[in-house]
Amino acid sequence: MAVMTYREALNQALAEEMTRDPDVFLMGEEVGMYNGAYKVSKGLLEKFGEMRVVDTPITELGFAGLGVGAAMVGLKPIIEFMTFNFSLLAVDQVFNSAAKMHYMTGGQFTCPIVFRGPDGAALQLSAQHSQALEAMYSHFPGIKVVVPGTPADAKGLLKAAIRDKDPVCVFEAEMLYNTKGEVPDDPDFIIPLGVADVKREGSDVSIFTHGKMVHVALQAAQQLEKEGVQVEVVDLRSLRPLDIEAIVASVAKTHRAVYLEEGWGYAGIGVTISSLIQEYAFDELDAPVARVHQADVPMPYAKQLEKWAKPGVERVIEACNRVMYR
Amino acid sequence: MATTRATASKTRSDPAKNGVVVEALHGLDKETLHGLLYQMLLGRRFEEKTAEAYAVGKIGGFCHLYIGQEAVTIGSFAALRPDDYVISAYREHVQALAKGMSAREVMAELYGRIDGCSRGKGGSMHLYSAKHNFLGGWGIVGGQIPMAAGVAWKIKYRKEDGVILCFMGEAAVNQGAFHESLNMAALWKLPVIFIVENNRFGMGTAWERASSLYDISQKANAYDMPSAVADGMDVLDMRRVTMEAVERARTEKIPTLIEARCHRFMGHSMSDPVHGVYRTKEEVEEAKSRDPILTFIHLLKEHDMLTDEELNAMDAEIKEICEDSANFADESPEPGLEELYAHVYAEENEHGLLFFDRKDRLEAQ
Repeated sequence: MAVMTYREALNQALAEEMTRDPDVFLMGEEVGMYNGAYKVSKGLLEKFGEMRVVDTPITELGFAGLGVGAAMVGLKPIIEFMTFNFSLLAVDQVFNSAAKMHYMTGGQFTCPIVFRGPDGAALQLSAQHSQALEAMYSHFPGIKVVVPGTPADAKGLLKAAIRDKDPVCVFEAEMLYNTKGEVPDDPDFIIPLGVADVKREGSDVSIFTHGKMVHVALQAAQQLEKEGVQVEVVDLRSLRPLDIEAIVASVAKTHRAVYLEEGWGYAGIGVTISSLIQEYAFDELDAPVARVHQADVPMPYAKQLEKWAKPGVERVIEACNRVMYR
Repeated sequence: MATTRATASKTRSDPAKNGVVVEALHGLDKETLHGLLYQMLLGRRFEEKTAEAYAVGKIGGFCHLYIGQEAVTIGSFAALRPDDYVISAYREHVQALAKGMSAREVMAELYGRIDGCSRGKGGSMHLYSAKHNFLGGWGIVGGQIPMAAGVAWKIKYRKEDGVILCFMGEAAVNQGAFHESLNMAALWKLPVIFIVENNRFGMGTAWERASSLYDISQKANAYDMPSAVADGMDVLDMRRVTMEAVERARTEKIPTLIEARCHRFMGHSMSDPVHGVYRTKEEVEEAKSRDPILTFIHLLKEHDMLTDEELNAMDAEIKEICEDSANFADESPEPGLEELYAHVYAEENEHGLLFFDRKDRLEAQ
C-alpha cells in the first residue's frame, strides 16, 4: 500500500492499463502537452507518445464521437472531458451512439469506451461549471456509471472501467484530486463494478451516498457519534450496476435511510434509491427515506449563496435526526 | 485544393470491343459494367419490394427509400476493397446490400424478425454487418460522421491501409458534427471519404433555404481538405471521383469531401409525400428523366454492351431474390421475450443490478 492522491491514483490506473493493453488510448482537451487541465494525465504523453495521448481541439461532440467509432472497430478509447459540464455538447454520441450500439446491432458490435472527468461543484465556479450530472447518465440503459470517492476507489474503478466491454462513465471530482489515501500497489488491483463499500459501520441510521459526498457523510457521522448516534455510511461507488444487496443489508440493519447526493433532487439518484428501498425492503423501514441534495437552483456564484445551495453536513445531520424522530 | 475532373486512365483494362477503349464507358469491361447495373437494379427492386411490404403493414416505423440515388452508392462502392468500411445514416438499405449483406437478412430486419441482421432490434434505420464491415445505420442526422473519423483513427492507429466511406445527406452538412469531424480528419490526416448525397431536400426543406453557401464541396476549403463534385446520377462518374479519393486516403491518409448531386424520387420517408408544398410534380418528373438505371441501360445498349435478353434475365434473377427475401422475412419468427434484455450490455457484471424494472418478474411471465 502506498499513500497517494486521488489524482495520482487515476494517473497510475491510466498508465498501468495503457501499458497492459496497446489498444487503450487517452484523448481529450489538454491531456498531452499540458499534462491535463487537472494534471491527471501528467507524464503520459512522454511515456506513450502522441497517438496514444491525444490533444484535441475544443470539439467535444467530435472527439467523443471519434472515440465511439474507434471503439466500434476494436480500440479502447478513454475520452476525457475537461469537466462533465462540457460533455453536454457530446451526449448525442454517448446516449444515441455508444449506449445503443450493442443493442441496435443485435450484439454484433460492442463499444468498450470510457468517458471520464471531474463532475460536480468546486468553489465559486457558478452555474455552468458546477453540475453533478451522474443521475442523467445513469438514466440510460447501455451505459455504466461509477463515482469513486477515494484514491483507492478511483484507481480500482477506473481500471475496471477500462477493462469493461461496455461504455463506462467515470465521474471524478476536482475537490477530490488532492485528497490522499492508501492505494494497493498490485497492478491488477481492480474494484469490480457494482460493489458498494461500507465506509463506516453503524447501527442507528444508514447514509447512502456516492462520490465526494462520502466525505460529507463521514463528517456528519463523526458529529452524530458525539451525540451517541451510530451512523453507517454506505458508498455505492457504482450507480449502474447498482449494489442493491448492500443497500438492503444496511437498511435491514438500521431500519432508517438517508440518501445524500451532490446533484439536484428531482429525478435524482436519491429518488431512485428511495423507490428501490421501498420496493425491496419496505418492511424493514421504521421511517420514510430522507433525501439530501443540492438546492433546486442553478449553482450561484456568491460564496454564501453557494454554501446554501450545496448539501452540507448540517443538512445531513438534520436528515438523520428526522428519520430517527430525534 | 479542389480536385479536377481528370479523365480516369489507369483503370482502363480489357479493351471493350475491337480492342478499342470506350471513353464513355470509362474503359470498363462488360463484366464490370454488368456488375454495376446488377447492383443498382438489385437496390431498386429491393426498395420496390420494401415499399410494397410497407404498404400492407409488414414493415413498420420510419422507412426511407433510396430510389433515384442508386448510382451514388454503387459507383462509389466500386472503388472499395471488401475489407474497407462503410458507415451511413438511415437511408441505407441499398448500401447494406451493396456491401455484401444478403437481401434476406436485410428484409428480415425491416420486418422486425429474429433473422434480421440486427435480430429485429434495429429496423430500417439500423442495419449492420460486422462480417462485411458495414457499420450502419444511424438515425440522428450527422451522428455517424464523427464515428467515421474514429474508424479512420483506428486504421491509422493500427497502421492499416483501409479506408472508410461516410455517407450523409446534404442536410447533415449543417450539423456541428460535420464540421467538427472534417476538422479532425484533416488535422490528423485520417483515411475517410465523406460523401454528401445532395438530393437537395432535407425532408421538405430545400438546400438553398438551409445553407448560406450553395456549393457543398467548397465547405472543405475551410478545413484545407480536397473536395470534388460528382454526378450522383451517373454511376461511372461516382466511381471515378471516389477512386481518386480512395487512392489519396489509402496511400497518403488524406480525407476528401465528395458532393454527389442526386435526386430522390420518393418522399423523405414512406410517410412523406413525393411532392407537394416543397417541390412540384414536374420537378420530380424532370429528375426521373435522368433515372440513373435507365440512363445506364441506355448507355450500355448504345455501346452494344447489353442486350434485352441479358437485361431481362438479370431483372428476373433480381426479382426472384427480392421475392425470396420477402418470403424469408415473412416466415422468420419475431424475436421472443428472451431478446428484450439481451444485448443491452456486452458484459453483464457479476455484481449489482443493471436493470431496474424487476427483470426477474418480466422473465417469469
